[in-house]
Amino acid sequence: MFDLDKWEEIFSSIGKNKLRTFLTAFSVFWGIFMLIILLGAGNGLENGLKNEFSNDAINTIWVYSGATTMPHNGMKPGRHVQFTNADIEEIKRTVPGVVHISTQTNIYGEKQINYKNNQGAFEIRASYPGHRHIEKLEILEGRFINDADIMAFRKVTALSKSVKAALFKEEDAIGKYIRINNIPVKVVGIFDDSGGEKGRQQLYLPITTAQKVFSMQNRIDNFMMTINTTSLEESNAIVEKIRAKVAERHNFAIEDQGAVFISNKIKELKKYTNIFDGVNIFIWIIGIGTIIAGIVGVSNIMTIVVKERTKEIGIRKALGATPFSVVSLIVQEAIIITSVAGYFGLVAGVGLLEAVAKNVPPAPFFDRPEVDIMIAVYATILLVVAGTLAGIFPAMKAAQIKPVVALRDE
Amino acid sequence: MGDNKLHVLKGIDAHIREGELVSIMGSSGSGKSTLLNILGILDNYDSGEYLLNNTLVKDLSETKAAHYRNQFIGFVFQSFNLVSFKNAMENVALPLYYKGISRKKRNLMALEYLDKMGLRNWAEHMPNELSGGQKQRVAIARALITQPKVILADEPTGALDSVTSLEVMNILKDVNRQGITVIIVTHEKDISEMTQRVIRLRDGVIEN
Ligand SMILES: Nc1ncnc2c1ncn2[C@@H]1O[C@H](COP(=O)(O)OP(=O)(O)O)[C@@H](O)[C@H]1O
Ligand SMILES: [Mg+2]
Repeated sequence: MFDLDKWEEIFSSIGKNKLRTFLTAFSVFWGIFMLIILLGAGNGLENGLKNEFSNDAINTIWVYSGATTMPHNGMKPGRHVQFTNADIEEIKRTVPGVVHISTQTNIYGEKQINYKNNQGAFEIRASYPGHRHIEKLEILEGRFINDADIMAFRKVTALSKSVKAALFKEEDAIGKYIRINNIPVKVVGIFDDSGGEKGRQQLYLPITTAQKVFSMQNRIDNFMMTINTTSLEESNAIVEKIRAKVAERHNFAIEDQGAVFISNKIKELKKYTNIFDGVNIFIWIIGIGTIIAGIVGVSNIMTIVVKERTKEIGIRKALGATPFSVVSLIVQEAIIITSVAGYFGLVAGVGLLEAVAKNVPPAPFFDRPEVDIMIAVYATILLVVAGTLAGIFPAMKAAQIKPVVALRDE
Repeated sequence: MGDNKLHVLKGIDAHIREGELVSIMGSSGSGKSTLLNILGILDNYDSGEYLLNNTLVKDLSETKAAHYRNQFIGFVFQSFNLVSFKNAMENVALPLYYKGISRKKRNLMALEYLDKMGLRNWAEHMPNELSGGQKQRVAIARALITQPKVILADEPTGALDSVTSLEVMNILKDVNRQGITVIIVTHEKDISEMTQRVIRLRDGVIEN
């Protein structure tokens, strides 16, 4: 039922009691505003966390060599562990669950990379074809290095988008030769790295080619692999198998933590998601606390409002106001104030989050602080309903007071 | 208040006819206001009968009481009881809101009634900008706007000086001349002498 006259009566009462209106409105506005900011910050953390991990496949294990820290089989500690291609082949052959395996081996020394007169200092990664899956590379043109390249020591390379742009500008690159320390290498593909490594200036060579061309023998610095599971226990079991295998092959104690560093991304992610779950719970607790504070604030104000208006209620009743009209006047006033204030809190909160998302570049572990608009709307509705309920009870009580008692109120 | 019953009125037997101008006299604490509040259905009574316009008024629901007040009764209080955040016109118009009359129409009527009270130019003023006499005239305009059968005035001149008191009494006499029953509670002799009949109260009973 839309009763224009009633609304006019309500608006005149709202407009003429500005402080009371402001206090009610502000406690609702603030509750909603803070809740949205909190939820937005929580989502920003979650998005940032996802970014940190989405540049690489999540189900990966990374193995780095170190130096022994314990004496073993009569050998002194401090021995450097050097991986070779054979390690990779052996792990791939003997450890079940390993899917793609590769290395990211450095080429030491000065490197001149140029195409015609364009040159630059780029990162060269000597790898296996499986690297594409580990780094989640997106092939834009041509292909990535393949097994045939590895077997035949082919002088081929895949360039990242930004390397291609630096060397070739607009020119087509596929099939052309770049020069690395004056050695011609054929460009077979262009890729883009997803996630955090976007825009990195890097190019990939087949590991075997790199070892031959740059006289690295069969040295590799590290190796990493994707595995066929995302379960924490299964991935930990694979880590243990790799550790045992490497310890056996390189003759160090299996419990020697310094000889190899093995990083299990599933475990790392789990660690972060645990922290994040904690943060999330914390945010919700504060958020719910904020809402409750808002509800309590509104109820307090409504109680005071009704008390303050007892005399007015008495006058209105003497002039013919029914209890229903008294209750509906007070309650509708509460609904209007809380809805409008809630709406502004919503708009201000979402607006601030959007401004932050637009103007603040993604930082590590923080990106796109957005909020689920439905959650925000529900919170607003909750506060409006609570404010209304908080108003109803004192209003009903006041409406039932005998006018003679209400009029006596000072 | 709890089980402690205070018997203020102890047997009132009176009949006030339509169109009468009656005053209820008595010293402070004699139960005048209590009686008037019962007549105005602002308060309840424990025993006996009160007939308003030949209808028994007893243990009414608040909704029903509101209806009767709006339809039959106009109140004038010693302390005016204007709504502080409404201007004179809006105060006068308020009873019509509860009659369901549109804002435009009731504001027009309110101006008309303020005009009758000589307050046309004060329509936009808030109560705290008005003198006591002006406030009481606004209150009388508000009491009259629903064209009630009875005006109940509890010490309407109690807060006013003697000149203003006389003005207000003349207005109430005028109102009575138009056929509206007027009942005035007072403890001042000269006020009661301006009415047609005086009901004297002492300790909750009628003297005579
Ligand atoms: N709310 C109340 N609580 C207790 N006693 C009251 C109350 N209202 C009135 N009385 C008592 O009832 C008696 C009559 O009061 P009232 O009708 O206001 O007298 P009057 O208007 O003639 O001065 C007085 O003794 C007063 O103390
Ligand atoms: Mg009195």
